[in-house]
Amino acid sequence: MSTATQTVMPEKHYLNEFFGIRSWLLTKDHKRIAILYLLTISFFFFLGGLFASLIRLELLTPAGDLFQSDTYNKLFTMHGVNMIFFFLIPSVPAVLGNFLVPIMVGARDLAFPKINLLSWYIFIAGAAFALTALLYGGVDTGWTFYTPLSSGYLRTPVIVMGVGILIAGFASIFTGLNFIVTVHRMRAPGMTWGRLPLFVWANYAASLIMVLGTPVLAITLILLVLERGFHIGIFDPKLGGDPVLFQHMFWFYSHPAVYIMILPGMGVISEIITCFSRKRVFGYTFIAFSSIAIAVFGFVVWAHHMFVAGISTYSAMVFSLLSYAVAIPSAVKVFNWIATMYKGSVSYDTPMLYAFGFIGLFTIGGLTGLFLAALGLDVHIHDTYFVIAHFHYVMVGGMVMAYLGGLHFWWPKITGRIYPEFWAKLAALITFIGFNLTFFPQFILGYLGMPRRYHSYPEEFQVLNVLSSAGASILAVGFILPLIYLLWSLRYGEIAGPNPWSAKGLEWTTSSPPPTHNFDVIPVVTEGPYNYGDDEEAAGVH
Amino acid sequence: MSTNQTTAPATGHHPAWAHQFENMQQQKEASSFGMWVFLLTEIMMFGGLFTAYMIYRIKFYDAFVAGSSSINVQWGFGNTLVLIGSSFTMAMAVWAAHKGKRMQQVVYLVLTMVLGTAFLGVKAVEYKAKYDECHIPGQVIGKGFNATGGPGCSGEGANIAEELEHPKTLAGKEVAGKPRAAAEQIARQSELFFVFYFAMTGLHATHMIIGLGVLAWILRRAWKSEFGPAYYTPVENFGLYWHFVDIVWIYLFPLLYLINRIPHH
Amino acid sequence: MQPKLPLFPEQASTIAGQVDSLYIFLVLITAFFSLLIGALILFFAVKYKRKPGRPAEQIHGSTLLEIVWTSIPLGISMVIFVWAAAIFYHMQRPPANAMEIYGVGKQWMWKFEHQGGQREINSLHVPTGRPVKVTLISQDVIHDFFVPAFRVKQDVLPNRYTYTWFEATKPGTYHLFCSQYCGTKHSAMIGDVVVMTPEDYEAWLASGKAEGSLASSGEKLFQQLGCATCHRGDSGARGPNLPGLYGRSVRLTDDRTVVADDNYIRESILLPNAKIVSGFQPIMPTFQGVVKEDDLVQLIAYIKSLPPEDAGPLNNRTSPGMIRDSEVTNIQKQMRQENQDKAASKPSGKQP
Repeated sequence: MSTATQTVMPEKHYLNEFFGIRSWLLTKDHKRIAILYLLTISFFFFLGGLFASLIRLELLTPAGDLFQSDTYNKLFTMHGVNMIFFFLIPSVPAVLGNFLVPIMVGARDLAFPKINLLSWYIFIAGAAFALTALLYGGVDTGWTFYTPLSSGYLRTPVIVMGVGILIAGFASIFTGLNFIVTVHRMRAPGMTWGRLPLFVWANYAASLIMVLGTPVLAITLILLVLERGFHIGIFDPKLGGDPVLFQHMFWFYSHPAVYIMILPGMGVISEIITCFSRKRVFGYTFIAFSSIAIAVFGFVVWAHHMFVAGISTYSAMVFSLLSYAVAIPSAVKVFNWIATMYKGSVSYDTPMLYAFGFIGLFTIGGLTGLFLAALGLDVHIHDTYFVIAHFHYVMVGGMVMAYLGGLHFWWPKITGRIYPEFWAKLAALITFIGFNLTFFPQFILGYLGMPRRYHSYPEEFQVLNVLSSAGASILAVGFILPLIYLLWSLRYGEIAGPNPWSAKGLEWTTSSPPPTHNFDVIPVVTEGPYNYGDDEEAAGVH
Repeated sequence: MSTNQTTAPATGHHPAWAHQFENMQQQKEASSFGMWVFLLTEIMMFGGLFTAYMIYRIKFYDAFVAGSSSINVQWGFGNTLVLIGSSFTMAMAVWAAHKGKRMQQVVYLVLTMVLGTAFLGVKAVEYKAKYDECHIPGQVIGKGFNATGGPGCSGEGANIAEELEHPKTLAGKEVAGKPRAAAEQIARQSELFFVFYFAMTGLHATHMIIGLGVLAWILRRAWKSEFGPAYYTPVENFGLYWHFVDIVWIYLFPLLYLINRIPHH
Repeated sequence: MQPKLPLFPEQASTIAGQVDSLYIFLVLITAFFSLLIGALILFFAVKYKRKPGRPAEQIHGSTLLEIVWTSIPLGISMVIFVWAAAIFYHMQRPPANAMEIYGVGKQWMWKFEHQGGQREINSLHVPTGRPVKVTLISQDVIHDFFVPAFRVKQDVLPNRYTYTWFEATKPGTYHLFCSQYCGTKHSAMIGDVVVMTPEDYEAWLASGKAEGSLASSGEKLFQQLGCATCHRGDSGARGPNLPGLYGRSVRLTDDRTVVADDNYIRESILLPNAKIVSGFQPIMPTFQGVVKEDDLVQLIAYIKSLPPEDAGPLNNRTSPGMIRDSEVTNIQKQMRQENQDKAASKPSGKQP
């Protein structure tokens, strides 16, 4: 707890212990690698955001008058590819996970620090290919790369982009592998599975998916690249290939991928809710196992993206049924988080505001998933703006808010500084409003029948599109503000001290920022996580 | 380090000790576990490819049978023996490292490299044969795919359509084959078989090449006596990888070379 | 542009109302739970706002509550699933008496062909009160046939027929969208579905300049391409007997049984050796490159139109397998000669 006297930065910590570019580029410290990832994915987030802004600008008017069709097609493809593969998938695991998982389990580093660094370099290599593809004009296949369009009908640098995503996938695999081994083998004495913070459980479950699912994407992209490069028809009917097989292989990874994206975010929310309610998480075991359930069920629902793609009626029914099964564990989490607030001691710090936003928006996003899993209804709303609204609600309203919440929650730990609270709260509010204004009209647009990936549209859709674009401009402000004040705080922010939130968790027992080796002495864990009760009741007050 | 590593140091201060671990035991367990997880990802990758292969095999039965018949089962079998042999020598290398026997480690590791290289050599011969027969899929390499014996496509098995029209038994007696139109259709479709043949064996060969590179590095460390009872984890984990690559081949060989070689009727 | 903000497209088919009902049910559930959760968050945040002197109560959990809030969503989900699956099942089963229309999608336009031979580009005229089955195929990449007012959607695949059906209820002009991204002019691949009363529809059919029905064009092709050489009804016929073939189960040489649907017939013309009817030899030449998608549609329409009363066994020979091996060479020689003659007299066209 910070005392009345002046808080100072620790003398030696992971940021200042070693200097020079080599100490960063050849680091084995998981915390520095997390920072390297933070810088890289932030770049891609704003690049993807730029593409989104251009899309929304074009969609202000029904005619395709701002960009040529081919350019517009590249914009939405590059927006999707950037955001999914180069921002969302690494976001919480590679930044917050890398930084916190070793500390949270009570270890000095991940199991394989050199592989951790290697994963960042692999990510950079993949990003380099992607940027090269961008410099050569960008790809216009849609982020889903459906064949035979992507393999035989487009003249854009599909191979370069495919290779880039393929390589970046290996970064994901190595991160996941590292987390799994760390959680199994590097826990401090006394840190049983039942005492792990839920953030660790969430990253562990996501790592299982990363490790099992990403290789299938790798082989799918390899086959696509071969097809395009050698003019053969693995997925192209010209040689008897089956384009629907591509869809099966692609979605076998890409559906579990969405759970790679959301599970770590849910882990962040668990940590935030408990701290700012001063209360242990309600239903710890259920939340922990629901993460594993989502990971497992997530692997058997992929064809719900393909109900009208030409699969049989019966197989569609099976996938629809299973898709409802995968929704239930997420609902269980939402209820448990709210129950955590019940009879808690709630404060409204910025991370908590992002958590509130997450719970509300993820609920809407998740429930609209039920619409899409409903066979008879999906026929109408598949490939329309309804789908776009659904996944942005869970990915942006959910995941990005969780990421921002986590970034704010652990910013003091990572940097030793506190961000300006007023601007942070304002940004959270602006983001919430801008987000809803952008994406809620899209549900209506979708049901009215406006298809996805449309450059121009019938006039009657204009009003809703204008609302959505207006919202996007507000949302952009909400995202740019944190960039400004977080950077500002690095120099001028209040010094944080080891535990500005008085939170429980091993990471808060270290200095802010932590020393390179995390712990002078490996802790021995004697109690469960979130033990807010004891000193609360004793002290009577925060 | 060239100090004798046959006995374990009393404390955890082994030169190969990585300090994120509390002790060598934890390091060994974590490293092994990590290798198993990595092999799991490899199973998923090859698994995706194998699944696609099986789906197409069922869909284009005749074409894939024709393709299987056109690759040399003797070379494939020979390669299988070579690779199993190399797994044996690798297992012996792990044993020798565990026992701290330097010379034996080196010998077995060298033998493994030789056998692995021999495998790749045979694959190169097979690939060249396919190149000569114009069986490389696509229109980019060589003369482009041609399963009906075009100009410049030499080799016994080049004309798959011909083989289907006039098949011979093992004894050399000609039996009734398929009509020309059917034979040509099947021969054209066999391009898809070759796509998978090259993709699967190519992916496997890539893993072997990378494996040989890592093996060279382990060989160097073994020569410098870095491995002994206290620490032989890299040899053991590499052994796991090598056995995995061997097992993939043991699936590949029957799936590509052996099943349904004899056409249906 | 309508003055008020529309929330639903027009309901112009028999299924639209059912889909909308399910949608409204889901909207209500979503609204209920979202508002409930939003309200709880606000309520708890305010009621349990941090106050000095009131610490949080450390509640572990409640298995009962977990069971309750797992079963209720599960129950609701199952209701939704069954309801939606029932609608879907209905959508996947065109009635037997449905009027057939063929649709070909290509970058970036739609071509529709009515049974009577009438062709349309980027528009589709249909009558009210009659089920219409649209059989779809693509000439290049995957497209998607989407009519929001009917609530129907179906991916249009290359090399494989897919189909959808609807029964229009309300005259008017409605959007047709391609809703599977297909390249540069994906958003321009739109059309109009014009729903007319049956009388108006008949008038429209009559007014068009048709070159004859699909089936009669198909019959001409059947003769032109020499199909009748082998596909005769007599005992020496080298190819299966075609009247009554459509829709019946066929036994193949490898003992599989398949249903002779549109895809089967199409495959048999393009890749004749993929499935051989039991009792026949694989001697049929391929017509890939000789017939276009439009031709295939016509041929299939013709085969479908052959009166089933003429149906006999597929194989008219007194016993199957009566073609001896030695005969095969002769037949092959004969067919080669016929093909050469044909090639000499008529240049073969390439598929566009």
